[in-house]
Amino acid sequence: MSFLTMTHLEKIFGQNRVVKDFSLSVEKGEFISLLGPSGCGKTTVLRMVAGFESPSAGGITIDGKDVTGLKANSRNIGMMFQAYALFPNMTVADNVAFGLKVKGAPKAERDARVAEMLALIGLADLGGRFPFQLSGGQQQRVALARALAPRPSVLLLDEPLSALDAKVRVSLRNQIRQIQQELGITTIFVTHDQEEAMSISDRIVVMNGGVADQVGAPFEIYNRPRTRFVANFVGTLNTFEVEVADPASGRVMLAGQGLTLPDAPLAARAGETLSVALRPEALRLGRLPDAEALLTAKVTDVHFMGSVIRLKADLAGAAVSLDTFNRPDTPPPVVGSEVEVSLSGRDFILLQA
Amino acid sequence: MTRFFAWGAFLFGCLYFLLPLVGMTEFSLKMRRGEYSFDAYRRVFEDQRFWDTFSYSLILSAATIVVGVLLVVPTAYWVRLKLPQARPVIEFITLLPLVIPAIVIVFGYIRLYNTSSFLPLTGSALGTDILLTMGYTTLALPYMYRSVDTGLRTIDVTTLTEAAQSLGAGWITILARIILPNVMVAVLSGAFLTLAIVLGEFTMAALLNRPAFGPFMQLLGANRAYEPPALAVIAFAITWGCMGLMQLVTRFSKHERAKA
Repeated sequence: MSFLTMTHLEKIFGQNRVVKDFSLSVEKGEFISLLGPSGCGKTTVLRMVAGFESPSAGGITIDGKDVTGLKANSRNIGMMFQAYALFPNMTVADNVAFGLKVKGAPKAERDARVAEMLALIGLADLGGRFPFQLSGGQQQRVALARALAPRPSVLLLDEPLSALDAKVRVSLRNQIRQIQQELGITTIFVTHDQEEAMSISDRIVVMNGGVADQVGAPFEIYNRPRTRFVANFVGTLNTFEVEVADPASGRVMLAGQGLTLPDAPLAARAGETLSVALRPEALRLGRLPDAEALLTAKVTDVHFMGSVIRLKADLAGAAVSLDTFNRPDTPPPVVGSEVEVSLSGRDFILLQA
Repeated sequence: MTRFFAWGAFLFGCLYFLLPLVGMTEFSLKMRRGEYSFDAYRRVFEDQRFWDTFSYSLILSAATIVVGVLLVVPTAYWVRLKLPQARPVIEFITLLPLVIPAIVIVFGYIRLYNTSSFLPLTGSALGTDILLTMGYTTLALPYMYRSVDTGLRTIDVTTLTEAAQSLGAGWITILARIILPNVMVAVLSGAFLTLAIVLGEFTMAALLNRPAFGPFMQLLGANRAYEPPALAVIAFAITWGCMGLMQLVTRFSKHERAKA
């Protein structure tokens, strides 16, 4: 049986059904990200697990115990908030010790655990400081230590990196993942940042309009999105209309060239049009021997992003994005020039719904 | 030119407020004919009634502050956390003591809690003291509520509460260990205002016939010439002392500096 289960969860605020029939099973030690745009219900799901909202329907179990009706302070969960939520009147050490003190842990045990937690987050010498004397990243690390100190059964992270600058975000997310793996704690992470979700999660739940559109490993979510929403929300997408030539073999035509889609047999008749999509990195600059088709594109814009160069181009009647790695010996194409683009049917994503 | 008028307005304001105080202080020092002295102050301090009424009012101030904090902090916290839609109603209620005269409130109390009522509080000294404390709490309510509400505005009440709950804390722990320490300066500011109100209050104490500082000041003012201004200067000194204490507390409260 899964460690954390959410079964047919629903949440209704007035006339608004924010979460609709949401079910998810999380294994012990798993890192799950709830990913979706604002208002998709991801934070509400997290808050129901935390006990801050009670479900309108459905149930939640943690380690086999039904916690649906339990108060937040009886669930043994640890939580990190976007706004840090450190207690301003307490020092770093007192903040970390708070949960243990509430539980009635003896002082010696508290002190030892605080020292252990502060060492874990790399702030062993800042125990005597107040939160306002720390940077945002340090405050959030203290919030992590505070959440972990009472040894919670589940760690909930509510967009904890959103208020931090880009560099600190990356380093802190890696630290969170490393500590999570070290402690083997079951974690649910809410974010609207796909890169964040993909880089640290075992599985991602892409939410849309209160339902889970797709649940899967980051590789699967990115490369095999099941719905048009997931395909559009996760990563950049180039969409094309292709004409079905042979549904049984998955053969389609794009700008007069034949391509074989991976989803054969196709649920369409010969001559019908299908919407398909390609990631920017699946459009490869130049003539490649293993490519199924070779098309000419006109470059309309060039964005140099360091290791990657993103080109905007007109290809087969569609405006597309195309990613290529930077090579110091090859300057990027200039705007207005024509380039050859190689593509293969196996990289196409067939868009449904 | 603008600077000149600004300084002019400032100086006018200073004169407007300071001249009566200077005049009053000077008059309080003129008890001895032809020279300045502290005779009026000495007479006030030598009067046992001063110490009796002052200590009585101080005790009732402390009781009023305790009742006010116990009433206002949880109420303001709960309204911010769970009933934000009720805020205008609560604010209106807390403003009522400013528009309802103290005499009306105290007559209401006497009518409700007299010796022939279901709760005969006026039948004993302790009962009347309790009634007077409740009356003072009502009078101080607008100031205490506003102070605490302003203090609560400076912290993220909801997130701090949820963070504490996620760590296993119950409501009393949250209020006592998270909310109250973080609004302590606001509570103190409300407390000092309460102290000032209680020390100067006349109507309720006089009509409930209690030996408070307000009626003593009135009595002295009606019968003496030099002692009343001396008493007024003492009362001012106490109030300013309280304000100074407020500033000190803010300065020494380390985490409060983060909000500044």
